[in-house]
Amino acid sequence: MDFTDTPEDAEFRAEVRGWLTANAEEKKPGAIYKAKYGEAALIPLSQEWQTKKFKAGFSGITTPLEYGGRGGTQIQQAIYDQEEVNFLVPRHIGSGIPLVIPTLLVYAKEEDKKQFIPEILRSDKLWCQLFSEPSAGSDLGGIRTRSERDGDDWVINGQKIWTSNAQHADLAILVTRSDPDAEKHKGLTYFYVDMKSPGIEVRPIKQISGMANFNEVFLTDVRIPDSQRLGEEGEGWRVAITTLMNERVSSGARPAPDFEDIFGLARDLEIEDGPAIANAAVREKLAHWYIQARGVDLTRMRTLTAMSRGQTPGPENSISKLVSAFKRQEIALFGMDLMDMGGGLMSRETTPMRAVFQEAALEAPSGRIAAGTDEILRNIIGERVLGLPREVRVDKDKPFRDLPTGV
Amino acid sequence: MNFDFSDDQRMLRDQAQKFLTDQSPPRVVRDVLEDSAKAYDEKLWGEMAALGWMGTAIPEEYGGAGLCPEDLCVLAEELGRSLAPTPFSSSVYLATEALLLAGSEDQKQKYLPDLAMGETIGCFALAEGVGVPTPKNISVTASNGALSGVKEPVADGDVANFVVVLARSGAADERGMSLYLVDLDGVDRESVETIDPTRSHARLTFNGTSAELLGAEGEGWDLVQKIIDRAAVYFAFEQVGGAQASLDMAVDYAKNRFAFGRPIGSYQAIKHKLADMYIATELARSNAYYGAWAITTGAPDVSVAAAAARVAASEAFNHAARENIQTHGGMGFTWEFDCHMYYRRAKILSLNLGGERRWKDRLISQLEARNAA
Amino acid sequence: MDFNDTTSEAEFRVEARDWLASQVPKREPGQAYAVRRGDDALLPLAKEWQAKKFEANFAGINLPKEYGGRGDTRVEQIIFAQEEANFVTPPTVFGISHGMVVPTLLAYATEEQKQRYVPATLRGDEVWCQLFSEPAGGSDLAGLRTRSERDGDEWTVNGQKIWTSGGHYADLGVLVTRSDAGVEKHKGLTYFFIDMKSPGIEVRQIKQISGASHFNEVFFTDLKIPDSQRLGKEGEGWRVAITTLMNERVETGVRPAPDFDDIFALARDLVLEDGPAIADDAIRDQLADWYVQTRGVQLTRMRTMTAMSRGQQPGPENSIAKVVNSSKRQRIAQFGMDLMDMGGIVRDRASMPMESLFQDAMLDSPGNRIAAGTDEILRNVIGERVLGLPREVRVDKDKPFADLAALEK
Ligand SMILES: Cc1cc2nc3c(=O)[nH]c(=O)nc-3n(C[C@H](O)[C@H](O)[C@H](O)COP(=O)(O)OP(=O)(O)OC[C@H]3O[C@@H](n4cnc5c(N)ncnc54)[C@H](O)[C@@H]3O)c2cc1C
Ligand SMILES: Cc1cc2nc3c(=O)[nH]c(=O)nc-3n(C[C@H](O)[C@H](O)[C@H](O)COP(=O)(O)OP(=O)(O)OC[C@H]3O[C@@H](n4cnc5c(N)ncnc54)[C@H](O)[C@@H]3O)c2cc1C
Repeated sequence: MDFTDTPEDAEFRAEVRGWLTANAEEKKPGAIYKAKYGEAALIPLSQEWQTKKFKAGFSGITTPLEYGGRGGTQIQQAIYDQEEVNFLVPRHIGSGIPLVIPTLLVYAKEEDKKQFIPEILRSDKLWCQLFSEPSAGSDLGGIRTRSERDGDDWVINGQKIWTSNAQHADLAILVTRSDPDAEKHKGLTYFYVDMKSPGIEVRPIKQISGMANFNEVFLTDVRIPDSQRLGEEGEGWRVAITTLMNERVSSGARPAPDFEDIFGLARDLEIEDGPAIANAAVREKLAHWYIQARGVDLTRMRTLTAMSRGQTPGPENSISKLVSAFKRQEIALFGMDLMDMGGGLMSRETTPMRAVFQEAALEAPSGRIAAGTDEILRNIIGERVLGLPREVRVDKDKPFRDLPTGV
Repeated sequence: MNFDFSDDQRMLRDQAQKFLTDQSPPRVVRDVLEDSAKAYDEKLWGEMAALGWMGTAIPEEYGGAGLCPEDLCVLAEELGRSLAPTPFSSSVYLATEALLLAGSEDQKQKYLPDLAMGETIGCFALAEGVGVPTPKNISVTASNGALSGVKEPVADGDVANFVVVLARSGAADERGMSLYLVDLDGVDRESVETIDPTRSHARLTFNGTSAELLGAEGEGWDLVQKIIDRAAVYFAFEQVGGAQASLDMAVDYAKNRFAFGRPIGSYQAIKHKLADMYIATELARSNAYYGAWAITTGAPDVSVAAAAARVAASEAFNHAARENIQTHGGMGFTWEFDCHMYYRRAKILSLNLGGERRWKDRLISQLEARNAA
Repeated sequence: MDFNDTTSEAEFRVEARDWLASQVPKREPGQAYAVRRGDDALLPLAKEWQAKKFEANFAGINLPKEYGGRGDTRVEQIIFAQEEANFVTPPTVFGISHGMVVPTLLAYATEEQKQRYVPATLRGDEVWCQLFSEPAGGSDLAGLRTRSERDGDEWTVNGQKIWTSGGHYADLGVLVTRSDAGVEKHKGLTYFFIDMKSPGIEVRQIKQISGASHFNEVFFTDLKIPDSQRLGKEGEGWRVAITTLMNERVETGVRPAPDFDDIFALARDLVLEDGPAIADDAIRDQLADWYVQTRGVQLTRMRTMTAMSRGQQPGPENSIAKVVNSSKRQRIAQFGMDLMDMGGIVRDRASMPMESLFQDAMLDSPGNRIAAGTDEILRNVIGERVLGLPREVRVDKDKPFADLAALEK
């Protein structure tokens, strides 16, 4: 084992750090980026940053050169990510880099790859993910949005929900039901679609924080040329699995507040008898979060090593999301508890760390739901990692239209 | 021995529940949430006043109903369940209790009848921003009957008519603290944003504001402890009500939402989650009942009972509200669903009288004191 | 509400306390009886103590006088248990006999049998064991396979039971068997009581993780039982078993140590790196959680009592006490050891704080989370029977038992 860089890695790290120092502001403990996720102001900032990275060869580090990437290794990507978290930079917006590129690489035609992948890496075009439906979230195989073939086109009718960034997206990946008479996972077909197509209507949904970052998307007689199908007709489930596998390979960026932030708060904040960090009950919690945060980082590194040996990342990636999402919620709520009677105050001007704890308290619940709920991830770990038997399924071996829905 | 509310009290509970189901449905709470100009629901407050709720524990000689704290607890649970957006907790559990505990005859005569009718709203100002208020750091000072300094966040400080303020009248120690009554007319006050807009909060700035002692000079700190002990029990009932409502919502959703061809409540990940919410809520309810009895009878271990009620209830409500969102999946994360109103309220209630960490510490201190006695 | 005793309750409490004080020493926090559960020496001591209680009319407090009880209510029973907890008395070995078997006999035995067995059981002269669990069926009790076949007025039983607490010293046992494998699993069961000295019974002790051997395997080879010892109808054994089990979860409030008081006492006594443990904020934080749980369970039980005194039946909400207390006991035991730091691993009654109570309980408490309904089963019970959530999809319904048994192979 070697937790230090090889000479080549070290060189790459120095290059990255040098570039980041020249182009971004270093993060001080407790500092929070000026525009928050979900705010419209973030989008141009994110696009600008992404373009900069692209030009410097740091966007899509593992993506092949011919599609505008760097053609580098997973380790290099990890090094870049490790360095970038020390700077105040905007998040990438949409599903393009994490989900769409890996799916296009496997399923798209050469010309589509050549066109779309560089656009995504530069953030010229934003993508969203049209998967979930009102009656099909965890149970994605239960989607009902219909696709019917009409010559060289497909006609789509139905409704999607929870689509993050649909209001900003230029394109989308879309799963539909092309055959309701087949077993539920067998009648699906997968497309990409232009979000400006006639028949697509996007209605924002307000989140509990008051922001509206996700949407309902209604599809009425939307026509998609068959050339935009990804994978075979009826094999949409397989394509969707490729997409979702990548959903759980997290980049290592940890949305605040995380350990460093609560540690910073505990050092700064005076409680009844001195700085909070001197209180044993606080220290105990901090220790708990530190080993979790560090455990997740190190587990990710082990995965990287496995990947660099050619293994594919498996369901053990679920650990990272499961632990981090819950930890973030706990840290947010505990940060407020430490602020005691004033902990409910929520002003970016006066609340410590620009109210990151308060704002995160209203955002963190989604981390435990989006991209696989806590419960589903535990099922995945139980069944796919530990090999435990599956739940008794009542939705198998029957035509989709005959399944119980509760309504 | 009898460990349940009396028949009369249970009748009161049923009436309160029915009244609040009609008068404080989620839509009413939501109106306050969404309308930043609206600090509370005045119509609801008026209806509650007409039922005499604010005067529940005020003696008849001051215009109240002369009932006991237990009766007020019955109402508190229902107010918590319905998230009633009113200044009830500030005015009744804190300001009224402060006057009952420490008010001179004149002060009681002056304030209590109007408080009982809901015509006057009182509030209570202890916090001074982020952090724990202690005798060492309380910075609002009193001299020659005038207060200076800033209190924040003060629940209902923007709508109340008067405030009970803890201020430093002497040294920066427990004996240097006193309580004051301040008329809020003309006081500089500003609404502040908190995580629960269904309960309004304010920043009060005193600038040589004239104030009247409540209780003896130098007794403020001790009085605050007593007031907070009692308020902790009332708050605990609101929290238990909120936890129960969160649990009920989650159970209802889990029975009706299907995934993979089955109701999600048939999966143990959800079933056991809800069982744990139920357990926490019941344990909190039991601790709250004992707290109610202890403040009603002045039991010798009232401080232990109050702290236990508060710790159990804060944990139960925060837990239930959080996992209620989780049970609802994406729906739980929408503004449209009511889950977040409980999540917000759970947190603000557990902070208003001081955070969970501090109450746990206080509980152990009280147990040590009881053991030493 | 009134958490105080009524006049008559207060009188009873004084009577109980005075009597206890005249018989046994008062208990200091953390103090345990010299002989522990599972020790062989316990049985005669426990029987002696039970006989004393019986003679003083403190056994079967809520049971009818004609069967040797006191004829009072559950409130008095609980008051006595509360008082007894403040004294050093032998841990009971009569939990099954009094808590489960007596109520079952009262509901299903003939008058003659009640007269014969209940008083002797209350006096502690006769000890019972519960022959329910089998290797293939613990949580899933109805999956049991021990066969009973009728031949005129006699039954012949073959099969095996396991986890039978006290089976090695019990005089009598209650037994559930499968009398008909051709019907649905809950329908083919028949319930008996038996003399443990009957030919055809072999008891083998099982060593637990603590090293003690408190439970057993029990083998039946052509055991003969007269039909008069059947409780309930043939094929209705499940209903009788439910009566036995329902009473399993109505606890009296006796909490095996260590509980909050013990860890609180330990924290006050023990000096850590910078003072007494109790001054450490992290420890206080933990203690507070356990206090509100402990108190919450006690008070919840009291609320249940009030409901019962109004004529309501105790429901599945009693599961709360067991779920909370058994995990709490395990965590307290482990935390107590953690407080003792490097020395915490030593298991020596002579030298360790509180006679090694925490160390012993660490090895004993896992059993609490399994016996009498596992944590998981109790959460199912709460979810389904209290909250009304839909049941699991069951694959073992509406099929003859014989087909199911074949499926598992
Ligand atoms: C902020 C946010 C952004 C999102 N962005 C997108 C997006 O861009 N595109 C997109 O397609 N989707 C998106 N989603 C949707 C997300 O994928 C779904 O919300 C998620 O899969 C859960 O589905 P659901 O909301 O229907 O909940 P349900 O599936 O109804 O789940 C409800 C509850 O039941 C539990 N449950 C369900 N099945 C089981 C089981 N078998 N065992 C145990 N428990 C179970 C769940 O864990 C949950 O607690 C987003 C969601 C959020 C919150
Ligand atoms: C100290 C001790 C004393 C005992 N004394 C007696 C006695 O005197 N007489 C007697 O008859 N029995 C006795 N038992 C047996 C006891 O009742 C069983 O051990 C218990 O019912 C669990 O059964 P099992 O051991 O077969 O475990 P299993 O039923 O095999 O359970 C194994 C695990 O699976 C879980 N599990 C099982 N079914 C489900 C489900 N549907 N959903 C979720 N999880 C599930 C359980 O919770 C457990 O964690 C005793 C046990 C112990 C530990």
